[in-house]
Amino acid sequence: MTKIFKHVQSTVVPLPIENIDTDQIIPARFLKATTREGFGNNLFRDWRFDGEDNPKDFVLNHPTYSGKILVAGKNFGCGSSREHAAWAIVDYGFDVVVSSFFADIFKGNALNNGLLPVQVSEAFLQKIFDAVYADPHAEVEVDLESQTIKISQTGEKESFEINPYKKACLINGYDDIDYILSNKAAIEEYELSSKS
Amino acid sequence: MGKTLFDKIWDAHVVSSKEGFPDVLYIDTQFIHEVTSPQAFDGLRKRGLPVFRPKQTVATADHNVPTWDQHLPIKEELSRYQVDMLAKNCKEFGIEFYGLGHPYQGIVHIIGPELGITRPGGTYVCGDSHTSTHGAFGAIAFGIGTSQVEQVLATQCLLQSRPKRMKIEVNGKLQKGVGAKDIILYIISQISAAGGTGYAVEYAGDTIRSISMEGRMTICNMSIEMGARCGLIAPDETTFNYVKGREFAPKGEEWDKALAYWKTLYSDEDAQFDKVLSFRAEDIEPMITYGTNPGMGIGVTQHVPNVHDIDATEQLSYANSLKYMGLHDDQSMLGQPIDYVFIGSCTNARIEDLRQVANFLKGRKKADNVTVWIVPGSKQVQKQALAEGLDKVFEAAGIPLREPGCSACLAMNEDKIPAGKYCVSTSNRNFEGRQGPNSRTFLASPLTAAAAAVTGRITDVRELLEEGELVS
Repeated sequence: MTKIFKHVQSTVVPLPIENIDTDQIIPARFLKATTREGFGNNLFRDWRFDGEDNPKDFVLNHPTYSGKILVAGKNFGCGSSREHAAWAIVDYGFDVVVSSFFADIFKGNALNNGLLPVQVSEAFLQKIFDAVYADPHAEVEVDLESQTIKISQTGEKESFEINPYKKACLINGYDDIDYILSNKAAIEEYELSSKS
Repeated sequence: MGKTLFDKIWDAHVVSSKEGFPDVLYIDTQFIHEVTSPQAFDGLRKRGLPVFRPKQTVATADHNVPTWDQHLPIKEELSRYQVDMLAKNCKEFGIEFYGLGHPYQGIVHIIGPELGITRPGGTYVCGDSHTSTHGAFGAIAFGIGTSQVEQVLATQCLLQSRPKRMKIEVNGKLQKGVGAKDIILYIISQISAAGGTGYAVEYAGDTIRSISMEGRMTICNMSIEMGARCGLIAPDETTFNYVKGREFAPKGEEWDKALAYWKTLYSDEDAQFDKVLSFRAEDIEPMITYGTNPGMGIGVTQHVPNVHDIDATEQLSYANSLKYMGLHDDQSMLGQPIDYVFIGSCTNARIEDLRQVANFLKGRKKADNVTVWIVPGSKQVQKQALAEGLDKVFEAAGIPLREPGCSACLAMNEDKIPAGKYCVSTSNRNFEGRQGPNSRTFLASPLTAAAAAVTGRITDVRELLEEGELVS
């Protein structure tokens, strides 16, 4: 069963960097775990800590910024298909990632883990960055039912796209495997016809 | 209206299609490896589900494995545990496992094609983004996340929305010293690391047609580096000749039947693409990357772009990238000293890559201050290299031939580039820390990497190639 997602209102963590790849989100050397839990400790590991595990000057180490919404530059999640990237972001405590562009595989992985990728225009992304840099307590509201994202203080909002099936999955906690298994007769029929 | 190659294959695999839902797409074969499968098997256990079609699942160990002394137990505890767990899961769920020591073991995207498992018209998935490699045969091949690995194990189907279709044509004659790797690095440098996102990309044109299967796999392999969902090339005689006679390829009557079908797999003349791009082969130089994503590449004789020529919103990221690499804008890449050379990975560790490197290294020696790793893509590639005496050529150049695995492409095993060091690498990603924490990667072709191994710096391989020297 997928984690249920409906509505989030929260302060945000700004990460105005383009092309953040999944190797940065979770470096390969941390992919040796065989469960889905605990990856949050190593989220953005090499940006957060130096070789001796001392904290670096990075937004996740900055007490000013916190929240359930990560806001990042365009082409977020490019590179490796590792779902560990989505697990790490969820495990750290984020419910939403906002960017002006997402890599395909990451977007799918996020949706399969109850993490909502919200794609906004470049202009709106900049507005969120401006709002949070003007006031770190600035909040953003994301509503899945109405597919809208709003900057609470200014009331500025934008709508976002999501596949209607994936939307239903998130709101109701449906799961892809359950859905495909409901097609089992069709799968077996396909196998028979394709072998003939 | 005609259909694209992609649509022909997709339509032949749709199990069910419903308005507002992604299609249920039948998957012919799923490849699995030790890193992205354990949580999927756990999921099956929790649901009480078997693997639906274990015979259509192929497993190998590649990401974590050492590339030296593979006959000994894996030293690194977590890596050993992960590989052992895959063996255990395969046994429990009835899946054939090509583990260490097995003659078919190797990098998952190298063994599928060389065993004749990857075929024209098929659908393939793997929990690894470079699954796009298999598209070189005129197949649909997706890299997927672990939840989807579980999905395919449970149902042999993938829930997927149809991507848009893009055609990238390359026409003309390649310059001497320029190969498949340079073509794909050039394309990505032109359209950026996000230029293919949302698309299935078909590569076409007479240059692509003239390239071997190995080269086509190199090109399709890096489709993901421009964000594409997959890459594919229409099958032709080159493809059929490659597949014929391989271990699991169809034989006899089945071959004839398959071949007749495969010959229908091309984009119809009037097929509509959502986007078409065209490049000239003559414009492509040996390529090198200078930054921290695969789109940051230039011809080896060119200079690193000036920060002011970069889009204003990206200048900060650009400056950070050059800082990480220890380079500055406007600088020449030629002559840049390097410390390591890695020849390997699912991009460039096939027998043709090793032959090309061996041909170049004949009568040459690696530079004293450079460490060079040559890692074959599979046990079969290793065996073939030994049979052809390529290992002797490498040894004479001062380079031992290692054993198969993903190795320094992602540095999950011991093959890590130390912090701050420069590596010319035939792999696919130059992300920060990809080859080890704080390592610095220059992506290039096997020939350009071999030239750097000899000179100890970034070199225009064309200047070292003698008149008429056989390089491909």
